Amino acid sequence: MIDLSGFGNQLLIGAAVTVELSLASLAVGLVLGLLGASAKLSSVKTLQWIANGYTTIIRGIPELLTVLIIYFGATTVLMAVAGLFGYDEYIEIGPFAAGVTALGLTFGAYATEVFRGALQSIPKGQNEAAVALGMGRVRTFYRIILPQVWRMALPGLGNLFLVLLKDTALVSVVGLDDIMRKANIAVSSTKEPFLFYSAAAVLYLGLTIVSMGVVYFLEKRANRGIKRA
Amino acid sequence: MDFSVVVEYFPKLMQGTWVSLQLIALSVVLGGIFALPIALARISKNPLVSGLPFAYIFFFRGTPLLVQIFLVYYGASQFEVVRESFLWPILREPFWCAIIAFTLNTSAYTAEIFRGAIQAIPVGEVEACKVVGMTKVQMYRRILLPRAFGIVLPAYGNEIILMLKGSALASTITILDLTGMARTIIARTYTPIEIFLAAGVIYLAISMVVIAIFKQVEKRQNRYLGPNPVKLPDDV
Repeated sequence: MIDLSGFGNQLLIGAAVTVELSLASLAVGLVLGLLGASAKLSSVKTLQWIANGYTTIIRGIPELLTVLIIYFGATTVLMAVAGLFGYDEYIEIGPFAAGVTALGLTFGAYATEVFRGALQSIPKGQNEAAVALGMGRVRTFYRIILPQVWRMALPGLGNLFLVLLKDTALVSVVGLDDIMRKANIAVSSTKEPFLFYSAAAVLYLGLTIVSMGVVYFLEKRANRGIKRA
Repeated sequence: MDFSVVVEYFPKLMQGTWVSLQLIALSVVLGGIFALPIALARISKNPLVSGLPFAYIFFFRGTPLLVQIFLVYYGASQFEVVRESFLWPILREPFWCAIIAFTLNTSAYTAEIFRGAIQAIPVGEVEACKVVGMTKVQMYRRILLPRAFGIVLPAYGNEIILMLKGSALASTITILDLTGMARTIIARTYTPIEIFLAAGVIYLAISMVVIAIFKQVEKRQNRYLGPNPVKLPDDV
């Protein structure tokens, strides 16, 4: 039997942190993605520029760099902003908050493109039909547009979530106690790097398989009204 | 904010950029070479042939690149056998460990892209090859691979951009690539925002060059599609 020298428990605690981080970033990213897609499709030029700048920059910069910029840079920026309001205590953001911000921004940038494609694939007639039935814009969005966008966007979002799950490992670099950092700690005390990094790999594979299962279930549910050829 | 540090340390950042470019170029080329046999084996209908590539691709796409780098750089040294073998001079160097990890990783992703492209070719073309009496090798060399190359380009461009961004992880095993160099400079000057932003701009510039190159190659490769090209699938 494989002997994890009592660190197995720690790795599982790390796995819980990884799951929390990825779900929190997913929530932030989905909101940013919907906002980004709406901005790209809006007729206001300024909004289009902002959204285009956002996706171009975030998608062209390494995720590790984004994490580092947010973690080390946010303190400086926050303190400068707080200083304007006469608050000059030391402000620090923790690795978890930095991780959620950085990974949420990354997920949001890619999700923007997924949502944009999905929004554009909905025929204009659907909107017109909703208006003809007397629905307001908000109601049309929730009842007609969003359920269909969800169905179209799910495969893309599922892929992005798998990428996000693996990117959470990067936040260990700034000291979040996730799977990766727990493995690092175990390695430094047991001197068995291969064993513990393999254990980490197995945990990530397990999380990937579970996520794939969830996405499959969600897709099946979202597509229940569609006849397959 | 004081961007004069960026000017002062610009030569250092360029040194880091050069290391990053070497990492990317080597691993993309090697990864591309390994990817083709993996993809061809993955397509095979014989489960004994396709089983191993399937597991390989699943492992490298299902675990974080950071874990893979650490497995190669720290993990391999756990075994006495490795430390005493002729491979040790290579596995001791962080640069070569990064190349190995990146190559393995990108070959798994690229193999999936190749597989998708080969399978996207209409069955009729395969049948036509058989009808005119081509051997399997001829069919792949003359029809399937050139066709797949055109289909593969957009997704392959994406993969190179992903590799560019993944190369930043080399900094975690003490390599002074662009990110590693930026972190070293910051440790000395304590100007994280300025230097990290400068590094970000350099990464952006590299990815824009890659995108521009791929646009040109794509235009050339798909020119038989005429002035109104058919839209090819460009999502991975």
